Amino acid sequence: MVKIEAKGKSYVAINNEIHQNAGEILVTDCCGQRFIGAGMGNCAIKIQGIPGNALGAYLNGGEIEVFSNAQDSVGDTMNAGRIVVHGNIGDTAGYAMRGGEIYVKGNAGYRTGIHMKAYQDKLPVIVIGGTAGSFLGEYQAGGIIIVLGLNRDGKKIVSNYPCTGMHGGKLYLCSDCQDVLFPKQVTAHTATAEDMQEIAPYLEKFSEFFGMDLQQIRSQVFTVVTPDSQNPYKQMYVTN
Amino acid sequence: MTGEKIMQSMVPMHERSNGLGGGFAGYGIYPEYRDFFALHIFFNSESSRTECETYLRTTLEIVRSETIPTRTIPEITDEPLIWRYFVTPLRSVLSSMQVDEREFMSRIVMRINTVYKGAYVFSSGKNMGVFKAVGYPEDVGRFYRLEEYEGYCWTAHGRYPTNTPGWWGGAHPFALLDYTIVHNGEISSYDANRRYIEMFGYKCTLQTDTEVITYIADYLLRKQGLTLEELANVIAAPFWSTISRREADEQQRLRYLRTVFSSLLITGPFSIVLGFEGGLMALNDRLKLRSMVVGEKEDMVYIASEESAIRVMEPELERIYAPAGGEPVIVRVKEGAY
Repeated sequence: MVKIEAKGKSYVAINNEIHQNAGEILVTDCCGQRFIGAGMGNCAIKIQGIPGNALGAYLNGGEIEVFSNAQDSVGDTMNAGRIVVHGNIGDTAGYAMRGGEIYVKGNAGYRTGIHMKAYQDKLPVIVIGGTAGSFLGEYQAGGIIIVLGLNRDGKKIVSNYPCTGMHGGKLYLCSDCQDVLFPKQVTAHTATAEDMQEIAPYLEKFSEFFGMDLQQIRSQVFTVVTPDSQNPYKQMYVTN
Repeated sequence: MTGEKIMQSMVPMHERSNGLGGGFAGYGIYPEYRDFFALHIFFNSESSRTECETYLRTTLEIVRSETIPTRTIPEITDEPLIWRYFVTPLRSVLSSMQVDEREFMSRIVMRINTVYKGAYVFSSGKNMGVFKAVGYPEDVGRFYRLEEYEGYCWTAHGRYPTNTPGWWGGAHPFALLDYTIVHNGEISSYDANRRYIEMFGYKCTLQTDTEVITYIADYLLRKQGLTLEELANVIAAPFWSTISRREADEQQRLRYLRTVFSSLLITGPFSIVLGFEGGLMALNDRLKLRSMVVGEKEDMVYIASEESAIRVMEPELERIYAPAGGEPVIVRVKEGAY
């Protein structure tokens, strides 16, 4: 494994070193350098310390693993690959993401999965182990967001205004959602066996990455949220 | 703490600014002059200094005046004349105007900034000071030798001006009396807020949106006597739909504040840190369109736009969290510790 000491280095220098080395890379002492792994494919990057904003932006394959918290815009406009974060993440994770997977052990900030989309065989997935902040899945157009709400000590699984502007994709919340207020353009229903079948592989990977009890997670009640129709905002602004 | 740590914290934040403004506020830095207002003033020329000093002498007793010590470094150029004055209002003038000394000082600041050409008061509180310039914040800190000051609280800012000029007076923090504001964002309600606040004697002269937040804080806290929580409920008022889901008493309180001070609602993205004598308040806009992280360790509290800035100051935190939009984080220094 190639080791890159990030201390005192710019993101340009770090990304150049990553580019020059094939195989597994360990970035140590990272502190706020942005854009790590941006646009890369087939990379295998492990990060110690706090990576800066837009970690794995435009990621096009491979895997990035972070052992602490990550900041804002993790996986911004990501196309393929996987990002695994062992701590919490900041706001707007998976912004306009159109493929690949993001797994977070802890909590997510505001606007997770904003503008997430799917196309043909591209299906982006975000799995949050803890809770999610407000505007979860804002303008979601495709893909799957799963929030497990583990160890939340009575805290709501998601804060205000989830699914605002949602018009595609699916949101799974590990809760009966009695305390969650959804907009009227979406429908929430208790997950069926078929729904659970769809996310089984992602839950398996989540429990594998973070050493969580899969049976325990799968035995909980999940709520699935989808937009009401193909065009739920049809008459919001103009008649069309 | 000296200014060293907060200067270090700005290094990983370099990408967030573009070298067109950096600044710091330190609280508790002038203990030997703690009973005097410390005026920090930029002058464009010696003649503007002479003219302004003549005015100061007619209203204030100046117990000490000096240039603020700086270090000549290639990163900071074109500096104006930078002076500081430790002053107290002349009792005779104060009693004839029938106002308290804080109101008196705020009027003097407004007068200098609007009437005296080429003079800008950029700091005017007691036992605190703002230091700002055109440059990256870490360079601005070295320019002002902030490692030589000790205080109980520091704030810092790196600017990336998008709509208004990058000039010395336009760097953050913006200050009036002991209130200082650093602001990440841009407020879309600026002109509505400005028109309202200028009815109460404030004049926005510094060509940027953040200035008005400072005056709003001064108006609501000092003149209207609101609490910090109420200030937060005015400038980042919850949505009516959110208010309608609260307990009846709380609904009434929030409706009252939103209605009475409707012109002081600040819209658009912001995360701000308000500094004042004895503490800090951090606040995000209610939609949380800017980031903010709070870290705690023993009796220290750290607030930043990014966790990495906090980790530079304290790698081993006991707690780290992101406050929700519109949820103020209020930190008070223990009584008597400042």
